[in-house]
Amino acid sequence: MFDGVKKPILKVDDLKMHFPIFKGVFRRKVGEVKAVDGISFEIYEGETLGLVGESGCGKTSAGRAILRLYDISGGSIELNGQDISSLQGDELRRLRPEMQMIFQDPQASLNPRMTVASIIAEPLDEHKKLSKQQRMARVFELMDAVGLHRDFANRFPHEFSGGQRQRIGIARALALNPKFIVCDEPIAALDVSIQAQVVNLLEDLQEKFGLTYLFISHDLSMVRHLATRVAVMYLGKIVELAPRALLYSDPKHPYTEALLSAVPEPDPSSLNKRERIILEGDVPSPSNPPTGCNFSTRCPRVMDICKKEVPEFKQLDDGRHVACHLMD
Amino acid sequence: MPDGAAPILDVSDLKTVFTTRGGEVHAVNSVSFQLAPGELLGVVGESGSGKSVTMMSLIGLLPMPPAEIRGGQVMFEGHDILKMTPAQLRAVRGRKIGFVFQDPMTSLNPVFTVGFQVAEPLRRHMGMRKKQAWKRAAELLELVGIPDATARLSDYPHQFSGGMRQRVMIAIALACDPQVLIADEPTTALDVTIQAQILELVRELRQKLGMAIVWITHDLGVIAGIADRVMVMYGGQIVEQAPVRELFANPQHPYTRALLETLPSVTGARSKRLKTIEGQPPALGAHPTACPFRARCRHVMDVCHEQNPAITTLDAGHDVACFWDATTGEARHV
Repeated sequence: MFDGVKKPILKVDDLKMHFPIFKGVFRRKVGEVKAVDGISFEIYEGETLGLVGESGCGKTSAGRAILRLYDISGGSIELNGQDISSLQGDELRRLRPEMQMIFQDPQASLNPRMTVASIIAEPLDEHKKLSKQQRMARVFELMDAVGLHRDFANRFPHEFSGGQRQRIGIARALALNPKFIVCDEPIAALDVSIQAQVVNLLEDLQEKFGLTYLFISHDLSMVRHLATRVAVMYLGKIVELAPRALLYSDPKHPYTEALLSAVPEPDPSSLNKRERIILEGDVPSPSNPPTGCNFSTRCPRVMDICKKEVPEFKQLDDGRHVACHLMD
Repeated sequence: MPDGAAPILDVSDLKTVFTTRGGEVHAVNSVSFQLAPGELLGVVGESGSGKSVTMMSLIGLLPMPPAEIRGGQVMFEGHDILKMTPAQLRAVRGRKIGFVFQDPMTSLNPVFTVGFQVAEPLRRHMGMRKKQAWKRAAELLELVGIPDATARLSDYPHQFSGGMRQRVMIAIALACDPQVLIADEPTTALDVTIQAQILELVRELRQKLGMAIVWITHDLGVIAGIADRVMVMYGGQIVEQAPVRELFANPQHPYTRALLETLPSVTGARSKRLKTIEGQPPALGAHPTACPFRARCRHVMDVCHEQNPAITTLDAGHDVACFWDATTGEARHV
């Protein structure tokens, strides 16, 4: 990290993303799924913020809302100092080159009828006016950058393996020289031996092009490898946000603790040393969250106050943020 | 066998071939292994390594054609499962050998109640009456830790969460007290905290019921925490087999070694850069005449391109199929 003043590239304040539930013949609105329910954080230039949580905790919705793929329900998003939370149409479109996304499933996010070259060039066609030669030159440049052989430019996605398809998706995301990329579980669909290849590529590209990542994942060990800071989400809220080393060595929120202890370690001799915390029950429904702290229904250290009052997301002395009544 | 007990399941030289439009696909190539009573055997490998197909072929769950079992023997209680008639096979499958599949969403029938589905094997195999089976089904759900079991019997699968559905699947597999349970990636579709619950449950059930388990996974972390012995598969073959601590402490095959090195961890030292295994897993095609890992191997030698290495048994029940000797760093002297 750079010393001195850290410049936030993205500022999210009390972001809310609620999806309405419609029912009956008249499609009346009967409730809301509070996928993201008031999250706040900043991402500094050149860093990787890891966003972790289990399925249904709202991490993907948060990523998509930040890129304004949704109309958000509340709060604000600032990219490079510009408020983008209510931009529409053309204004928003002009901002797209600045922020891009790498999707989870490289099979589903690539059009099977387009060649690799046309997939990678699509953002260029949409946003830039390039001559044919310039366009091909840029495509080759991108293919080189992500380690795809130039000969493959006219092939179709089905001719590639999962790892190579993810490289195509990465090349497309890089096409417009974005500064900020949301990586939504980019390695979850890949085999273990291929995951490391893609993660190393993401790190190389970050260094080369000065990228800033929001890395969304459920894989805590990979996030530990990649992230500068880590935010842990549970049921639409961030429960803990801390620098990587601090979070993994000394988790403060009971959910972070339980989550870390649940990750199976590839070392049979560590079994007896580590204390396992087995959480009871399942994650409550985000359309009907519990009153008070969202984690109070499963928390091993629940107190009376947790069931009544929502804990505040506040900063501790060591710089991390935690939302838990135990910190009071 | 490490402890000398007679194996409950003895697979030798199993070969499974799929006939496709693009030619033959040799998915399982001469796989041999044994399962001791009460043992938990972990099977690791990447997608396409043949781990699921091996287990499906040995209990006759593959559609034939396109699949064809070209050879081998699967001995279970003195009989060769591969030679059984469909009726004989049905008497074994679900009764003496239980199966848990990866995806609990798709392996339960959405139009029947959970109680009906748990009671089904009891009525089919154990000859129980409806009432009796229903009562036993409630006990089984309780055994796998579903709260308020009796009331939940009349619920449908969609009313259960992913973790709860996987518990139901386990209850069905355990219904007839099987001697062998084959679990194919049973926790892969689940979240880590739910996975931890299921792993804890399996540990408990093993102590209570004492069946032998084959646990298929791609997650070495899960294997480390649960298995007694581990079998590593690559390209349709077993490349290494050892007791769990031995395998993690002293891996012999270059693939196993590389795989363990690529894994980041949540504890311990954090590496600056992840080690990778370059290249792609092999496409399974014709019967392999050379080592399937040769194109990605760090220690590849001339012989690896010419012959497929046979299994060498090292000490302590540690088998490896490789021409390279990890202890000396040179070609193995046989």
